[in-house]
Amino acid sequence: MSKKAKMIWNAGLIAALLATLFVLEQVLPSGSMLFTVLKKGAIYALVAVSMNLLNGFTGLFSLGQAGFMLLGAYAYAILTIPVESRGSVYQYFDGGIIQFTVPVPVALIAGGILAAVFAFLIGLPVLRLKSDYLAIATLGFAEIIRAVFQWDKLGPITNGSNLLRNFPSFKSVLYPFVVSGICIALIVLLINSTYGRAFKAIRDDEIAAEAMGINLAHHKRLAFVISSFFAGVSGALLAMYQTTIQASMFKSAMTYEILLIVVIGGIGSVTGSCISSFLFIACSEWWLRFLDNENLYIGGFHVPLLRPGFRKVVFALVIMVMVLFYRQGIMGTREFSVEGIRNFFQKRFGKQKAVEGGGSHE
Amino acid sequence: MEWITRNLPYLMAGISVGGQYALIAIGYTMVYGILRLINFAHGDIFMVAGLIMVYATTVMPIYIAIPLMIVATVLLGFLVERAAYKPLRSAPRMSIMISAIGVSYLLQNLALYVTGGLSQQYPPIPWINDTVTVMGATTKRVTLITPVLTIILVVLLVLLIKKTKIGMAMRAASKDFETSQLMGIKINSVISMTFIIGTFLAAIGSLLFFTNYTGVTPTAGAMPGLKAFVAAVFGGIGSIPGAVIGAFIIGICENIIKGLGWTTFSDAFTFALLIVILIAKPTGLFGEKATDKV
Amino acid sequence: MSKEHVLKVENVTMQFGGVIAVDNMNLEVNKGEIVSLIGPNGAGKTTAFNVITGVYAPTNGAVYYKDKKIIQNCPQGKMKKLYRGENADEYTGQHVLAPTPDRITQLGIARTFQNIRLFKSQTVFENILIAKHMLRTSNVFTATFRLNAKEENQMREESEKLLKIMDLEDVRDELSTSLPYGKQRHLEIARALATKPELLLLDEPAAGMNPQETLELTQFIGRIRDEFGLTIFMIEHHMDLVMEISDRIYVLDFGKPIAEGVPEEIRNNPKVIEAYLGGAQDE
Repeated sequence: MSKKAKMIWNAGLIAALLATLFVLEQVLPSGSMLFTVLKKGAIYALVAVSMNLLNGFTGLFSLGQAGFMLLGAYAYAILTIPVESRGSVYQYFDGGIIQFTVPVPVALIAGGILAAVFAFLIGLPVLRLKSDYLAIATLGFAEIIRAVFQWDKLGPITNGSNLLRNFPSFKSVLYPFVVSGICIALIVLLINSTYGRAFKAIRDDEIAAEAMGINLAHHKRLAFVISSFFAGVSGALLAMYQTTIQASMFKSAMTYEILLIVVIGGIGSVTGSCISSFLFIACSEWWLRFLDNENLYIGGFHVPLLRPGFRKVVFALVIMVMVLFYRQGIMGTREFSVEGIRNFFQKRFGKQKAVEGGGSHE
Repeated sequence: MEWITRNLPYLMAGISVGGQYALIAIGYTMVYGILRLINFAHGDIFMVAGLIMVYATTVMPIYIAIPLMIVATVLLGFLVERAAYKPLRSAPRMSIMISAIGVSYLLQNLALYVTGGLSQQYPPIPWINDTVTVMGATTKRVTLITPVLTIILVVLLVLLIKKTKIGMAMRAASKDFETSQLMGIKINSVISMTFIIGTFLAAIGSLLFFTNYTGVTPTAGAMPGLKAFVAAVFGGIGSIPGAVIGAFIIGICENIIKGLGWTTFSDAFTFALLIVILIAKPTGLFGEKATDKV
Repeated sequence: MSKEHVLKVENVTMQFGGVIAVDNMNLEVNKGEIVSLIGPNGAGKTTAFNVITGVYAPTNGAVYYKDKKIIQNCPQGKMKKLYRGENADEYTGQHVLAPTPDRITQLGIARTFQNIRLFKSQTVFENILIAKHMLRTSNVFTATFRLNAKEENQMREESEKLLKIMDLEDVRDELSTSLPYGKQRHLEIARALATKPELLLLDEPAAGMNPQETLELTQFIGRIRDEFGLTIFMIEHHMDLVMEISDRIYVLDFGKPIAEGVPEEIRNNPKVIEAYLGGAQDE
């Protein structure tokens, strides 16, 4: 398939997807669980892809994602809470010291930039560490950031450990899809550029990469900062989705969830991360909900064990099975593409075609 | 004198918490020494030990509940290794670490299901729960027992590792996993033994730890677990005396910070310490240096 | 042949704690030459390579590339006491030059590895293309937004050309690790050449090859020297290859250079024979 045809196909697919979402929104009641899944799934897809850029493509095992999301979420919230409602939000801190707002898109980018700046500063010392030491150090940084944002003395800016609320949010499911979509597209462009190749080289063999003239410190920092930028943006989106935020939300458990999404999707596959984040959110928020229902009867049979919390147990078991038996994840390192599907069908049905066409082509 | 009476409780609490961290940290450091795995589930096993105790004491007297809890915890540790880590022995290190995170997630959710998310009242254990007065400061007896018990257990453990055959096998496996296998060491039983010892100490740690707190929640193991891990890194991962010393330092520092009124930062401080150590001396206080061959 | 040196190693000592891996090594490699470094196992050959390519900073000594000093060090910190090499005074108090390996490669010195280090998950073509990354002028923004299309195309064209020259065209899209051993070695050399070096360091290029493959490799090395105008410095154990191809040979034993000369001289040097056969008569 030519490059042009591929682009047309992809553009068509994206347009079709957005159109479907638009129609769904008109048709289904706005309280439908589907929208919850789609909104949250889109946001998690972005952060999962950003984590994949680090863990999957650059081979840096970082567990700081929740911390960077926190930075993005706070930057967004602080910069967009309307001045008139600051008095009530920052009720313990005399309305806080920031008395201006910026437009929503600017605040989203600011969220990313704040996360990126922190990543740059953290990366200077930490990125010299190897594998699990890096993981634990980044995890530690996320915890430190969380503690700092809950600190009273910073209350006039962060509102201490109290909720931030009243900032603008989105209604349409298209919003997170478009923002996440643009960000993921940028990450894909990066991965397929010469820099992306350098990242993969570092993942495969650091010593050889360095011998090929690739500056390790520079490239690792680059990957770390870019990944954190997008984690920050997704944090801001998460704030918009949830309408209120609090530093205590962004625990290491959140990072683990994102890591599990990445693993289930396939480490080193962008589309895998996207697919698995929707599946993950759908399972945890929607499809397994019935397991929490104590009074579930199949025919006349009262299903035992079911009560609130059982869903999460089943879910965790499913994840363990995935981790143990499908180590490659859904996609492995492959990518979902129009071409891939065509090839798949050609392989399946190619023979038949060749017979039908008398073997005249190929 | 007044300064001492004011700060002694914090210092004692620090030493006590340090001892409890030490008992958990040994599990981390021994497993890491052999498998090069950060056993993220270790803190959750510690939490499960607490829950088992809670439920056991409701149906049986405490002197049966304690040994039963220890046996059950050890069994859990053993099973987790067999089910979640053993199948991944030849997989990349990241897979097995992810499996550990998965187990942690599973144990927490299981606990959430069983407890219904409510904090469970830890049973008061007679004698060690009594109040004593030391130099004008009142505290529970457990505070005094913990460091002593910790040191006794560590000495026994070190003897076990230095003097017995299984101890020698453990040391060999942590030096060189593959070669020790070639030398006829039954690696699976060595690893199982490591997990058994680690969870045994964690079970005792949980007994001492939760006595000081009001209740057990599904996430109660996460923070002590992480801190114990930090202690293990601090002391030089793979080194048992290192882990113990690291744990005491972290326990004491944390409580001094609380004493200074910086409670928000007591957790953050631990991590800051970790990062400083990793950057200044990545192998910790007593760790050995590993080099990549080019 | 002109005596313009490309690489000059001066008083280089590499000591790991108490172990002296390279002891006061001096050597020169002139433009257009093929120079071999030989010696028994554990003589410190690869360590010498690692010093020249910036993997280790030497304990003492300096390395020049085309008359420019690129590496320099003198005993520091605890090595001051432990140091047992020679000529430390010459460099004491001077600037420490310890560039990372990528800087060395950017200067024009490329290398291969004794135990092949290809980018495992990448195809043959991508392995070569990655090496071209070093020569980019784009930054991360221009690369992401595809504003470097011209450069990218040029990188790809050059890589294709290199594949053709190196006889790797037919395996272009195969995973690098799926290649047979000999081809992997070829690919490693091709990848090093993709950085457009002037000096090529080969670390045991014939290791694990049979005589037939070794013979082919001998011709191949000669050919790329001429075709790319290279200077080649290599470590090798296959004496047929070394004797056939080298302009000059250095012999290293226990970290110390013990002989230097054209192949004929080395073949008849009693010191070299003793180093290889050991002091068998002593026992």
